[in-house]
Amino acid sequence: MRRLAKGTVLAVWLLITLFPLYWITVTSLKPKAEIFSMPLRYWPGEVTFEHYADLFSFADFGAYLVNSLLVSLAAAAAVTVIGVLGGYTLARFSFPGRGALMLAFLVTQMIPLFIALGPLYLLMSDLGLLNHLAGLMVVYVAMLVPFATIIMRGFYERIPVALEEAAQVDGASRLAAMVRVVIPVMLPGIAATFVFAFVQCWNELFLAITFIDSEDAKTIPVAMNSFITQYDIDWGSMAAATVVSVIPTLVLFAAIRRYIVEGLTAGAVKG
Amino acid sequence: MSRAAQAARPAFTGRKARFVALCLLPGALFVLLFTYYPMIRGAVIAFQRYNLFDITSTPFVGLENFRAVLAEDRFWTALRNTGTWVAVSLFFQFFLGFGLALLLRRHFRGRALYQAWVFFPWAMSGFLIGLLWRWMFNGQFGVVNDLLLKAGIIDERIGFLASPGWAMTSVIVANVWYGVTFFAIMIMAALQSVPAELYEAASVDGASRARQFWHVTLPHIRPTLALIVLLRIIWILNFPDLIYAMTGGGPAGGTDIITTFLIQQVIGGDYGRAGAVGMLVLGLLLAFSVFYLNATRFERSR
Repeated sequence: MRRLAKGTVLAVWLLITLFPLYWITVTSLKPKAEIFSMPLRYWPGEVTFEHYADLFSFADFGAYLVNSLLVSLAAAAAVTVIGVLGGYTLARFSFPGRGALMLAFLVTQMIPLFIALGPLYLLMSDLGLLNHLAGLMVVYVAMLVPFATIIMRGFYERIPVALEEAAQVDGASRLAAMVRVVIPVMLPGIAATFVFAFVQCWNELFLAITFIDSEDAKTIPVAMNSFITQYDIDWGSMAAATVVSVIPTLVLFAAIRRYIVEGLTAGAVKG
Repeated sequence: MSRAAQAARPAFTGRKARFVALCLLPGALFVLLFTYYPMIRGAVIAFQRYNLFDITSTPFVGLENFRAVLAEDRFWTALRNTGTWVAVSLFFQFFLGFGLALLLRRHFRGRALYQAWVFFPWAMSGFLIGLLWRWMFNGQFGVVNDLLLKAGIIDERIGFLASPGWAMTSVIVANVWYGVTFFAIMIMAALQSVPAELYEAASVDGASRARQFWHVTLPHIRPTLALIVLLRIIWILNFPDLIYAMTGGGPAGGTDIITTFLIQQVIGGDYGRAGAVGMLVLGLLLAFSVFYLNATRFERSR
């Protein structure tokens, strides 16, 4: 009886969690007339891929996908390298200003970057980086450096110092010891950090809509934001765009779930 | 000093200092230039007349921007809404998340798979979640209306996002849907940190499961719970994405919170005023952050 009740509650919650995803997928597969007709159908009467086709012909979704991919890959790669280096020094050395730096990084995790959206816009304009993917990239790097550094530091601290020492005794320099001995052990953590940073950039909205309005530099969220008009949203295309943009993040997040949980518990991951 | 300790904390000499500096410089520079510098400039702009449509004259105007913001009804509405948004979202996220964590505490077949599935809202951005629920809460063709009608709970469709009261309820429902998993995960981690010996000792003493929960589990995880809640408050405050996508703060400011209000000021191009709102938000967040950091330090020193 107890088990039955527990099972029921868990099943209901799973249903509530998954239903919105199901619904947006079903919407994306219905012909336009069926989306806006009564009674609502919970399974499309006729499955169509016209909304997906529209995205890539009518809207230039292919180009937006490439832009998002470029910015996210480049920013995530840069952030990961910076985190690997910075985390190492924070974990292994004690030096003046170490505590202050940690604090400066932690504080940024509490404050969203959009609080300085106006001045950031002016800065990007001064640097001539408005409407450039490179501009978006550098801001994303800044946005994610504290997270990557803090979480990497945690990973290093779990690796025994003896491991590096052994390599250094064999005549390797500190950097060589780090690259050859420590990094291979940390590879899963590094991969998780990269993936998490990638997803954050892939999803970012407010910075992107502030800095980008030219067609050829739009990322997916910017494009989707421009689908929202004041009175009308083409829900078929919107649903298709949602599905297309969420699939990569679903797959990636499933792969690094364990690490996200760790990051959350360490206070390094913003929710 | 033992060899290991020497390697862990080497003396700070020239070569090592250079290594440390080189490793930390890129990150520190990025954060300084693209996070702290804009924040400081924002603090200055808050005291200037600074409109994007006339940047030739940007005189210092003292507290004028702050006065203008504080005189606006929309600001106070946004502040009140922020309270509702944070408190109600938090309440349901916490208790539903706690319940879920308790149900998932004991191992059962398929638990890992179940956790993977309920985790999925986390892969979505606040913006996409907002769009998703905007469609589901649609007044005419929304599935929420349809389900409620079918269940006989309502007699006619509700314009969920068209009336201020319902709109607030709707964005909170979406936020709860999204946040329960977070609490479930964090509370599960906390529950697993309770040493098994404590339960053994309690059951030897003949304590019932409910009593064990009140007298063993809860006291043990209470500091962690406090931290989780504090952290979550900061995040819900910082979470305009969902509201922006679902209602844009409307109707008539009915779902504006302080961060959506801020973003509207920036989009409107009045950077002086946006700076003032930014400073007010920053003050609020800093107060919470200091509180949070002190609490974590307290936690670690125990």
